[in-house]
Amino acid sequence: MRRYAARRAAALVATLFFVSALVFVVVRILPGDPAALIMGTEGSREASDRLRESMGLNRPLPVQYVEWLARALRGDLGRSIQYDLPVGELIASRLPVTLPLALMAAAFMVVAAVPLGLYAATRHRRAGDYATMILSQIGISVPQFWAGLLLILLFSVTLGWVRSGGFEGWSSGVGAALRSLLLPAIALGLFQAAVLVRATRSAVLDVLREDYVRTARAKGLSELRVVGRHTLRNALIPIITVAGIQLGQLLAGAIVLESVFALPGLGRLALGAITARDLPVVQGVALFIASTIVVINFAVDLVYTVLDPRIRYE
Amino acid sequence: MRRRPLAHATFTLGAAITLALVAVAGLSLLYTPADPLTMSITGRLQGPSGGHPFGTDQFGRDILSRVMAGAVTSIAVGVIAVGIGAGLGVLLGLLSGYVGGWLDETLMRLVDAVQGFPAILSALLFTAVFAPGTGVSMVAIGIAFVPVFARLTRGSVLELREREFVVAARALGARDRRLLLRHILPNTLAPLVVQATTSFPVAILAEAALAYLGLGTQPPHPSWGLMLKEAQNFLGMNPWFAVFPGGAIATAVLGLNLLGDGLRDLLDPKTA
Repeated sequence: MRRYAARRAAALVATLFFVSALVFVVVRILPGDPAALIMGTEGSREASDRLRESMGLNRPLPVQYVEWLARALRGDLGRSIQYDLPVGELIASRLPVTLPLALMAAAFMVVAAVPLGLYAATRHRRAGDYATMILSQIGISVPQFWAGLLLILLFSVTLGWVRSGGFEGWSSGVGAALRSLLLPAIALGLFQAAVLVRATRSAVLDVLREDYVRTARAKGLSELRVVGRHTLRNALIPIITVAGIQLGQLLAGAIVLESVFALPGLGRLALGAITARDLPVVQGVALFIASTIVVINFAVDLVYTVLDPRIRYE
Repeated sequence: MRRRPLAHATFTLGAAITLALVAVAGLSLLYTPADPLTMSITGRLQGPSGGHPFGTDQFGRDILSRVMAGAVTSIAVGVIAVGIGAGLGVLLGLLSGYVGGWLDETLMRLVDAVQGFPAILSALLFTAVFAPGTGVSMVAIGIAFVPVFARLTRGSVLELREREFVVAARALGARDRRLLLRHILPNTLAPLVVQATTSFPVAILAEAALAYLGLGTQPPHPSWGLMLKEAQNFLGMNPWFAVFPGGAIATAVLGLNLLGDGLRDLLDPKTA
């Protein structure tokens, strides 16, 4: 296992290297001059030249990349042009919105999806199964931001129960902050929950066909014990894998939901940075989110092999 | 097909909705009840009526006509994005699986890295450098599809290259290119077609999300996501404005998802 983990760790380092290279390539090498982009049409040529010099854009690209990567590894993602603050500090200041939003959506996803998937599998090809599958099909078809708008329309515009957006901050109390994140988290988790319902159903169905489940039934165990003890535990491996991969997707999906509900998270930071031509912030946020997704995917991979040792030997 | 009546029903319903989507898009190129871009100051934010079955937007434009024209944008982005993802992904997968060794390892790490960039993130990066637009959407969504097509193709190639018919063709002197294009690729087509069909609705959802964020299709061009962005400011005054474009996205995606599920049952029974 240790050797396998070491090999995966080496693969992770190589992947993160590619992630950083992709971010760098898009911003620095594709046609377009970052200095001219930042200055816009109103900037003079001299001012652009000075900015280029101060950003180190006159040096050869490989040198720029190595320097940028070395600084990023030390946690220095550059300085925001718009806010005149370190990019790392800006990202850290927005995480208390984006991270709880993604985690709440993940919690909603698991709590809603696993019991529904289990229910559908145990009612295979009966009314309950079809109803759950129709529900999940609808969940997969509804865009997250439209679900958000519909939730605002119902709970804010029509019923007036909650505000249509904004974030009161953790300083105003945990309850108030969680309330601001509740609707966005449900809208964000809906699609992923629908995906997980289908994955759970098919994983449980696979296990229910196994001989040891038949044996458990044959020796007279109650259905609850057969499903809870013998089936769900063995079906958990693919369920955890799908849930883990969805977690990374939730982080990206949060960018959209932050816009719908006017939440001051990472996504809104990046969108604002694009309008303000604040390239270091766009680059920093992209590097942070992509690296996090890659690390989550590798962690899921590792958990998978811990749970199912057969994978390692394939 | 007789064995799976439900799969059949799924496929039929999906195909019917998809055909209706294509028909609406095609029709909108020839006819829409009103010009999707013509504004009317006096007819702003109207609810559904005989003259405007879906109502009007904040500029008095006919929402039904804009929803119809938006179908063209969605289909165009879907086709091109899936084309980019499948083209690049299949190429990487073929190379990776067939050549193997260090090239396989390197390409797979690159694919792992690309997986860290969902369409929204790629679009954010591209928009930092290029002007936002439908083209950025197509490329960003297409790149996000590369990993799934690459892995699928690589997996098939790894399985197929040791099969008897490939070994026999090699023994008869077939070259690598012929082996890949004539013997291996055609046998990977069924799962690739299924993947392309299931990727299409994902592309439509992503296009709508990017347009909503202002990173994709730009005004005044009709896009369902863009219409929802505009509708958000008028939820209290005309809720229908947000209902119809969202309903169009959901129906299109539902149809394509059902079609994909049905196709998977019919073409690729192993994964059904």
